[in-house]
Amino acid sequence: MGGTLVFAQAQNAVTLDPHDATDGFSVNNTSNVFDTLVRFRADTTQVEPSLAESWTASTDGLVWTFKLRKGVKFHDGTRLDAEAVKFNYERQINPKHPYHHGAFAYAGFTFQNVKSVEAVDELTVRFTLSAPFAPFITNMAMFSTGIASPAAIKKYGKDFFKHPVGSGPFKFVEWVQKDHATYEANKEYWAGRPCIDRLIIRGIPDNTVRLLEMEKGTAHMMNQVNPPDYGRIRQNKDLVLSTGPGLNIGYLAMNVEKEPFNDVRIRRAVNHAVNKAALVRAFYEGIGAPATNPMPPTIWGFNRAVKGYEHSAETAAKLLAEAGYPNGFSTELWWPNRARPYLTQPQKIAEALQQQLAKAGIRAKLVTFEWGTYLSKTRSGEHPMAILGWIGDNGDPDNFLYVLLDKDNTEKGKASNIAFYKSNAVHDLLIKAQQASDQAARTRFYEQAQEIIHRDAPWVPLVYGARVGAHRTQVQNFSLHPLQIWWLHRVWIGK
Amino acid sequence: MAAMGRYVGRRLVEIVPVFFGVLLIVFVIAHLTPGDPVLIALGEHATPEAIDRLRAELDLDEPLPLQFITYMGRVMRGDLGRSIQNNERVIVELGTRFPATIELTFAAMLVASVVGILTGIVAAARQNSWFDGASMFVALFGFSMPIFWLGIMLILLFAWYLGWFPISGRLDYTIELTRLTNFYLVDALLSGTWKALGDALRHLVLPAVTLSTVALAIIARMTRSSLLEVLRQDYVRTARAKGLGEVRVISRHALKNAFIPVVTVIGLNVGSLLGGAILTETIFAWPGVGRLVVDAIFARDYPIVQGAVLVIALVFVVVNLLVDLSYAYLDPRIRYG
Repeated sequence: MGGTLVFAQAQNAVTLDPHDATDGFSVNNTSNVFDTLVRFRADTTQVEPSLAESWTASTDGLVWTFKLRKGVKFHDGTRLDAEAVKFNYERQINPKHPYHHGAFAYAGFTFQNVKSVEAVDELTVRFTLSAPFAPFITNMAMFSTGIASPAAIKKYGKDFFKHPVGSGPFKFVEWVQKDHATYEANKEYWAGRPCIDRLIIRGIPDNTVRLLEMEKGTAHMMNQVNPPDYGRIRQNKDLVLSTGPGLNIGYLAMNVEKEPFNDVRIRRAVNHAVNKAALVRAFYEGIGAPATNPMPPTIWGFNRAVKGYEHSAETAAKLLAEAGYPNGFSTELWWPNRARPYLTQPQKIAEALQQQLAKAGIRAKLVTFEWGTYLSKTRSGEHPMAILGWIGDNGDPDNFLYVLLDKDNTEKGKASNIAFYKSNAVHDLLIKAQQASDQAARTRFYEQAQEIIHRDAPWVPLVYGARVGAHRTQVQNFSLHPLQIWWLHRVWIGK
Repeated sequence: MAAMGRYVGRRLVEIVPVFFGVLLIVFVIAHLTPGDPVLIALGEHATPEAIDRLRAELDLDEPLPLQFITYMGRVMRGDLGRSIQNNERVIVELGTRFPATIELTFAAMLVASVVGILTGIVAAARQNSWFDGASMFVALFGFSMPIFWLGIMLILLFAWYLGWFPISGRLDYTIELTRLTNFYLVDALLSGTWKALGDALRHLVLPAVTLSTVALAIIARMTRSSLLEVLRQDYVRTARAKGLGEVRVISRHALKNAFIPVVTVIGLNVGSLLGGAILTETIFAWPGVGRLVVDAIFARDYPIVQGAVLVIALVFVVVNLLVDLSYAYLDPRIRYG
């Protein structure tokens, strides 16, 4: 018990308002200060009670009723009741709300299909949906639905983002922007007080410097470890490299609206040309796994029967010839110039893919843009082939398959389906899966969808990136959640 | 003096068109760069509805000229707007970040000027000696060394291995300091927190040395060549002929005249370091304006980028004015009119 824990991140928080956060660094701060109605279990994306002790859904799946935990108080001493939950929802979703200060970028996603929220009595909240939407309950565990103190939001107004008041395990003390934030243990926390007394979350952008701070002992834990440093950490008996399967995927999308990728044989040829295992060995330090489906195996509904296309330059060349390209063809391979968990070393990975494709006769010119430009150009469909990835928000298959491969998400300029793959069969299955409340039924729909996607091959699913973090040996009881959010409530510092 | 006053007045008036020029150019460049803040904030995650809603809320769906007029109107009223990323007032953001960068820049320029000028003088006085050769070689080295590499090496040696200085940051998180001006040295002095003063100074050393190297090298070489030129002039020969010692010849007669190009270089470096300490700030996790601007550019946080560039431009103009004014002191023949 006790002590101060220093967690060094690659960036300091941008905002401490959970409703307005969009980056992982901010979320690692807010998730230790704010509670959600339900929360993710310690090692999976299944949800369990949190601020809501229990909940029920009506048989038509349209009305969700949450029973709140009794006696929970915000850090400012005010009561957390049904009205507070309603206030938090309306602040985000209603542009005319007097405290709608912020972009609330995630609100449209987390509250999709929510029609209204009512406070039935002091401890009962009722959400009414416009259409049945099974992922709703996992969305209620997402960081952006954290319940903030309405009194504090009213008190600080537009400055709430630097005076966060929640009901979570840690209370806000101080934030020196771009430097560090300080929190202290909430001794009255409903789930028991945190083991440590104080939590410091620092931002240290340079990978090497962050590691040096941890080696020196001036930081206890760090995120975003540089793959070439894995070995150095493993060899140091004072340090622990903690890894596990992640909740993300890196993929190569082929724009099916452009020739020659409108031909399924070409898309399959590209799939055969890529050697995923070699990529994992070379650029992920062996942590991570070759991908077979558009969603990672950490999520329920993953179809294990789908085997990836076998790596074979000959098969690829044969398919190319069948499709009328006996001498191969020239194209472009776009890659994003920003390291992500699913794309640890973007340029090297792109170069390796270029070589692999060349062996099958596909001559790809590498093209890149700065991140912001890259996102808008790929969303407009300017690319023939583009590398991108996705980090799961809530651990629901819908969050991968529907977002990334449904025809609903192919509008130019805003498309999240950057293969512009439009399959009615897949669409029907995904919508049915959204509306079914039974998980076994949903699993069947998703498994079928994955088979069709595999056959149509709009992507080369590349790699499931691992979750990686590092900490000093003295840090006890820490496990990195698949969502890669650093919940530090139960961590303590040993000798 | 009246002429001087008029000169300063005219220069200050000239700031106005510079100000609007900068405002327009930054605005246009920022907004014409592809990529929009909404997409970047959401990253891979934007849903079409979220994108539309946000664009409208941030007034990004208005025509560009209209956005500029609205923006200029607000700037005239002293309102630089709020950050798109977190709603912070731009003026507050700059008010906390600029002091960090100014503190770092001035510490670096202090190191660079003192060491650079002294080295340059000795090298010139002992031209072609081993010291001259060695110091000019080191200066060349310092000029061409990547800051990133140097910073990491200094950290490894002095912070990680020897433990004389902290590895990164600006102040230890255990130290309480009332942040009035956000110049930590000033705040520590004002509140009489000696522990904070010592700690802030210790945090300042390595980044300041790292940041100083390029300027130091330029200043040393400039001082040397400028002084060598002056030493060859007739009035210096006269001074020597009077029987004055070399130290007195240099310090009383030659130095002041040799300083004009040196001061120019120092002034230019202060200006560029204020906006260009980005690498040093990144290595040492220094919460300064360089990182603020870079992060804001990548996030397309237009209000922050525009506000910061505006202030950097103003500082640049003011420092240049000060440099020009110092010429008159160094060389009485220079008059303003």
